[in-house]
Amino acid sequence: MSILMNIGYLIASFSFIIGLKLMSSPKHANKGNTIAAAGMLIALLSVFTGVVTDNINYTNLTIILVAILLGVVVGRQMAVKVKMTEMPQMVSLLNATGGGCAMLLGWIEAIQITSFIGVGSQVLLNLGTLTGAIAFSGSVVAYLKLAGKLKDYNSVVVNVTSKLLIFMCIALPVAYATQVLSISFYELTMVLLALGLIYGILFVVPIGGADMPVVISLLNSITGIATALAGLLHDNKTMIAGGIFVGAAGIFLTILMCKAMNRSLWKVIAGTSKSKKAGTASAQEQEIQETNVAETVTKLLLANKIGIIPGYGMAVAQAQHTCFQLQKLLMQQEKSLDYIIHPVAGRMPGHMNVLLAEAKIEYEYLKEMHETNDHMEEYDLLLVIGANDVVNPVAETNPESPIYGMPIIKAHLSKNVIVFKRSMNPGYAGIPNELFEKENCQMLFGDAQTNLQEIVQQLKVLS
Amino acid sequence: MEFLENNLEAIYIVLLCVFIGIEVLSNVPAVLHTPLMSGANAISGVITVGAIALVLSLPEDAHWGAQVLGGIAVFLGTLNIAGGFLVTRRMLKMFTTKKS
Repeated sequence: MSILMNIGYLIASFSFIIGLKLMSSPKHANKGNTIAAAGMLIALLSVFTGVVTDNINYTNLTIILVAILLGVVVGRQMAVKVKMTEMPQMVSLLNATGGGCAMLLGWIEAIQITSFIGVGSQVLLNLGTLTGAIAFSGSVVAYLKLAGKLKDYNSVVVNVTSKLLIFMCIALPVAYATQVLSISFYELTMVLLALGLIYGILFVVPIGGADMPVVISLLNSITGIATALAGLLHDNKTMIAGGIFVGAAGIFLTILMCKAMNRSLWKVIAGTSKSKKAGTASAQEQEIQETNVAETVTKLLLANKIGIIPGYGMAVAQAQHTCFQLQKLLMQQEKSLDYIIHPVAGRMPGHMNVLLAEAKIEYEYLKEMHETNDHMEEYDLLLVIGANDVVNPVAETNPESPIYGMPIIKAHLSKNVIVFKRSMNPGYAGIPNELFEKENCQMLFGDAQTNLQEIVQQLKVLS
Repeated sequence: MEFLENNLEAIYIVLLCVFIGIEVLSNVPAVLHTPLMSGANAISGVITVGAIALVLSLPEDAHWGAQVLGGIAVFLGTLNIAGGFLVTRRMLKMFTTKKS
């Protein structure tokens, strides 16, 4: 029966590749997801065929079947009930379950081990437990922060403690291996598991909201690595393949997000917020032009090519549905409306795209910044809704600025810009936005949702 | 050295998978970043295979703690798989809606 199991694993691993491959186009992505899910089902069935010939332990089998049933029921409930706006939390929570599973796997194994299993296996087991624990507690904290149940907390104590923990995670196993420390392997694993849990918490707690996309991607990849490590330990090829793919996907997104912010991964992890260093005093001294809803409507009527630059503020204001109403109205008048999306807008990679898709906006209107930046002057009017740092021209002009070098959407090059904003408070980077002072830029203060609704109302009357 | 020798095949797989992974993912458009992440997340639920194998192999006289932990591990793993794939499906359905 072992051959049947191995063939099952082979099919599963291959279906993961095909699934991920198909996910690179919006048209086939759903098929890709289904194929990967089918592969997973095959992998799960295969593991049972491996034990059919052995004496089946019915207690264990019952435990497994009950656990699977519960997992499917709860997972289904969560997936059906979650709102699209809560997606970052959901992704973190699901990542925590994967990490938790990897962590428990190491724990159980450490309980079962009675004799020496070889240094290689010991290292794999401990690394798997450690990474699983970090992914678990880190994702739980990320979930709590995204759900607004926990605030950022950054202090020297956190910083020093996490460095100390990293040191201990390396030093303890070395001390164990060189027999300086006389504890059992089980005890070592448990200590590492605890250290991993604490480190995961300290790792995510200081990280600010705008850095969240990096952290979520990174935690995702850590779970993948934990899975691959467990796969190596069990010599299970589908676990190795699946884990590595997830690890690669996570690292890929992490690097992409870091590049889009022009911050190194280390700076994000170290939680160095630049806001304290940059002067915030000049924020009030900016000379800006204020506008109102009526004027915005007039401008919309005069413009032909219009763009919306959404940011986290749009998600907070829940304005995506109103954007769609606005788009329908404008398209009736044969005007075009694009959405220009910065890679790190929001709290996770692709956050804005999900929100806009939820509002039934076709993905062909969703533009990436490199698609539009070279012909920004074609836009008659740009509406910046809840975005700030990603449109700040300082990133290109002032080498002193903390965000210098960050790729931005060059909104200032278009003919007209209207910024929807609650107040003149600076964005995440804590620096004044030079865009606001430009001649072609006007500010529309107030709640983005309320303002947009009014604009839609007035447009309806006029058209 | 002995470890390398025993695991050479596994190391081959790891290296190849890293390259395939990067290659396959390098042209995912930004529109699909979130579904990609949650889809990948669901795939990492393959750890459940390990959890099931481990619980199945627990001996008759296994410590009850191991059985409880095993049950929780399988539960968390399946939750990861079911929740992950279903939520990805829900998201992707929004992306594939045809023009009305």
